[in-house]
Amino acid sequence: MRFDKPATTNPIDQLKVVGQPIHRVDGPLKTTGRAVYAYEWHDPNNRYAYGYVVGSAIAKGRIKSIDVTAARRAPGVIAVVTSDGVGELKKGKYNTAKLFGGREIQHYHQAIAVVVAETFEEARAAAALVKVDYIEEKGAFDLAAAKDTAVKPEEGGSDSAAGDFDAAFETAPVKLDQVYTTPDQSHAMMEPHASIAAWNGEELTVWTSSQMIDWWRTDLATTLGIDKAKVHVMSPFVGGGFGAKLFLRADAVLAALAAREAKRPVKVALPRPFLMNNTTHRPATIQRIRIGAERDGRITAIAHESWSGDLPGGGPEVAVQQTRLLYAGENRMTAMRLATLDLPEGNAMRAPGEAPGMMALEIAIDEMAERLGHDPVEFRIVNDTQVDPENPERPFSHRNLVACLRTGAERFGWQDRSKQPGGRREGNWLVGMGVASAFRNNLLVPSGARVRLDREGIVTVETDMTDIGTGSYTIIAQTAAEMLGVPIDKVAVRLGDSRFPVSSGSGGQFGGNCSTAGVYAACIKLREAVAQRLGFNNAEGLVFARGEVRAGERSMSLAQAASDEVLVAEDRIEFGKLAETHQQSTFGAHFVEVGVDVATGETRIRRMLAVCAAGRILNPITARSQVIGAMTMGVGAALSEELVVDKERGFFVNHDLAAYEVPVHADVPHQEVAFLDETDPISSPMKAKGIAELGLCGVAAAAANAIYNATGIRVRDYPITLDKLIKGLPELS
Amino acid sequence: MRAFSYQRASSIEEAAKAAVGTEGAKFIAGGTNLLDLMKLEIETPTHLIDVNGLGLDRVEPTPEGGLRIGALVRNTDLAADERIRRDYALLSRALLAGASAQLRNRATTAGNLLQRTRCPYFYDTNQPCNKRQPGSGCAALAGFSRQLAVVGVSDACIASHPSDMAVAMRVLDAAVETVRADGTRRSIPIAELHRLPGDTPHIEHVLERSELITAVVLPKPLGGKQIYRKVRDRASYAFALVSIGAVVQPDGTGRVAIGGIAPKPWREEAVDNELANGAKAAAAKLLANARPTEQNAFKLTLVERTLSAVLAEARG
Repeated sequence: MRFDKPATTNPIDQLKVVGQPIHRVDGPLKTTGRAVYAYEWHDPNNRYAYGYVVGSAIAKGRIKSIDVTAARRAPGVIAVVTSDGVGELKKGKYNTAKLFGGREIQHYHQAIAVVVAETFEEARAAAALVKVDYIEEKGAFDLAAAKDTAVKPEEGGSDSAAGDFDAAFETAPVKLDQVYTTPDQSHAMMEPHASIAAWNGEELTVWTSSQMIDWWRTDLATTLGIDKAKVHVMSPFVGGGFGAKLFLRADAVLAALAAREAKRPVKVALPRPFLMNNTTHRPATIQRIRIGAERDGRITAIAHESWSGDLPGGGPEVAVQQTRLLYAGENRMTAMRLATLDLPEGNAMRAPGEAPGMMALEIAIDEMAERLGHDPVEFRIVNDTQVDPENPERPFSHRNLVACLRTGAERFGWQDRSKQPGGRREGNWLVGMGVASAFRNNLLVPSGARVRLDREGIVTVETDMTDIGTGSYTIIAQTAAEMLGVPIDKVAVRLGDSRFPVSSGSGGQFGGNCSTAGVYAACIKLREAVAQRLGFNNAEGLVFARGEVRAGERSMSLAQAASDEVLVAEDRIEFGKLAETHQQSTFGAHFVEVGVDVATGETRIRRMLAVCAAGRILNPITARSQVIGAMTMGVGAALSEELVVDKERGFFVNHDLAAYEVPVHADVPHQEVAFLDETDPISSPMKAKGIAELGLCGVAAAAANAIYNATGIRVRDYPITLDKLIKGLPELS
Repeated sequence: MRAFSYQRASSIEEAAKAAVGTEGAKFIAGGTNLLDLMKLEIETPTHLIDVNGLGLDRVEPTPEGGLRIGALVRNTDLAADERIRRDYALLSRALLAGASAQLRNRATTAGNLLQRTRCPYFYDTNQPCNKRQPGSGCAALAGFSRQLAVVGVSDACIASHPSDMAVAMRVLDAAVETVRADGTRRSIPIAELHRLPGDTPHIEHVLERSELITAVVLPKPLGGKQIYRKVRDRASYAFALVSIGAVVQPDGTGRVAIGGIAPKPWREEAVDNELANGAKAAAAKLLANARPTEQNAFKLTLVERTLSAVLAEARG
């Protein structure tokens, strides 16, 4: 199905199942431990061996020699695989650094060997016996130091401009010119990367933890130099990803190579400390923002420049892209510059670009509102735009940022905010409120699905879509149930298997809308097949409800259509030019109240509210869950999360969950989420958009602005830890 | 993790004998720190002597009016003990400020005192660390040191002691009772249990090889207002940037010890007399010989301000 005209009324609009607060259908499997995650697959006929990764002990240089003699002799060891032994491997399309390093070391903890043994413990003990001689080289690890060497990235789109920024900024009566920094961050999802690989002749099956089945399948085939058709990837349950599992990772490659060598299925999980340095991370940024405005609050000039670093061949963190679209202003420019750093690979993490970009932009907007003497909510509203400000002929498909801000202000009690920073104190707490816009684009990715109907009236959906804790199983079941007029318990959903039609996968908050749109397309085809089988003239005008198919007086049971043989329909949603003619985005407003301890500078969140306008909400329970999770991640970004770079040794030092501090329950006392009741027919037949990353964009800035409101101290370097506040806090008596 | 042998000791004598007789033997109680260290091969004992069966798990009154806390009393049980909550509230609060409920259920009184630093370089066996590998150097000095010690440090090591409980024990002047391999017993004042790093940061306490802690003894209750204030980046499940244990009497005199800033709970008895003069004077004296890094110099201000808040709370 090609979607190139705005959606009109369709069966989804019935909202009997879609849009209902249905608990996740895979919940019982998870709460009873029956959902099988990557490392847990167990076939009693298989004798699994265990692989343990050896990571580089240096950040940059060469391997002079690897001595695996002792490791090979260690108890239980079946094989030791080094990159010397497997020859040159190709690199997958989506990887920047090699997943299995050769003699050249590109980053700390880059995989250089895998030790395979009868037990995990034997493999781990033997891995410690691998002796490596390195020739260490000096590397570049400090973004601030490398900033001046940064260049315009090769792939286009790094710069944009409209009007004459310099002239307009020069003459603007009120101006801001500030620099903000965001640190490297780790996905830190619960389930580490893990894979089991098994060879059957030339055929390879990998059970893994992947957000994007087809990307993994393709890149695994490329890396190993085998035919993609011979690779089978399974990932039905994923314990969180946040972008860490978008792209093929070392565990899958090493498991495949180890299994070939061991001639047995091999399990490989990355130990937790490998997550930070072996895999990818959100790159740090340095951002300069300039804003010029008239005294009435209208922005006349806005510029956003960002510097980030990556390994050679990598890309920039696209931190400026929201500034191109969020606020009005005739004269504008954005630019991104990329430095070469020898840190681990920078890549996508939840709301890549948007999240760090909004962390900076939305402080800048708060600062500008203050300079103008305007309320930060009103300042944002004054500068709302209904068109792409760089291309005014291009409207937003649907944009209701203003209602998010107004609704949020009212629900949060914004009028009680002290206009004077440091003006509200409760006991030892300095209390403040902050606001930020939430803004994340809506991406459209083709997505396929297959739908089966059997004689019992059971509808089975098959798609390689993944559920990374987001609720894909549930919203897909809702979609099929709505389309075919059956209760949700008559729908079975099978995901995360490369034998199923290729889907959008889970990333960029496109999975919810696109994968259900793909299921919608397949269901339209199945409806046609049902109509034909039951002897209706055509599917149009047919009513699918309560397990029956009805046209006028004539009514048949849906199951009867499959009485002779299972009915199967497959289709794929593809998106036309609507994303070019219209800017599709999602909107929201984040409100945060913080307390800052007047003595110690500890910041504790007191309450948070997100108001979101993101098209149709397919399931308010799973959508809310996405948003509160994102808000929590935003609290981490604001207050504690930072991969600390050792600038001498070139690695992220705090590489475990004790030292890389994500929020715990005690940090997140009260969260409220509201969704505006809206649809976006230009987005898809579902009229839905993404929500999972919107929930993150702006949160940290709202917290930063609340800290400023509480203390009068403006911190422009995340995370806002107490050491950045303590010198500015009031004298104690 | 290296392969090791394991034995369950059923008496103190058996445990001591096994420890003396086996090179590379270590006692294990709760194992909340040791097992992590073994997995990373930072600790590589060849033999583990499980002391959980020794019955040292009671809290009993002493003739002097204090309490003897068995070495194996779990942190959870100790924090919940009615006598501790009533007479040594500081200790209960310090315990509950540490770790998580799951860890406290497992962690023991003696083990808590002997837990090792959380310096990230100590935990990464690819990095130099004089504590882990004597003579290899200290990567923390020029590296990530925000969490680490500012006083009692040396050029060889700036690791901080992570315990909350030990800070309270130090304020309360607890004594550590041990038994040595030859069966002789001794009592070590908590102030003398931990050693400063000097040139030998790998030697962290004065216990002899195979000496076993059997109990921690609290003197009779101090009364007064008992406060434990832990300052950290997140609200729970984080080690202290700075923590303050304080007992303040109605007349303004008292005792104070600081956590998170030194290789051991940091207390100077002379400072107790300064408390009535306010936080500034007391903090200045406590930190007189501080040698912070650029990254952890904020702790000096933080100690003073936190102490100020603690004293204000005590007065209030």
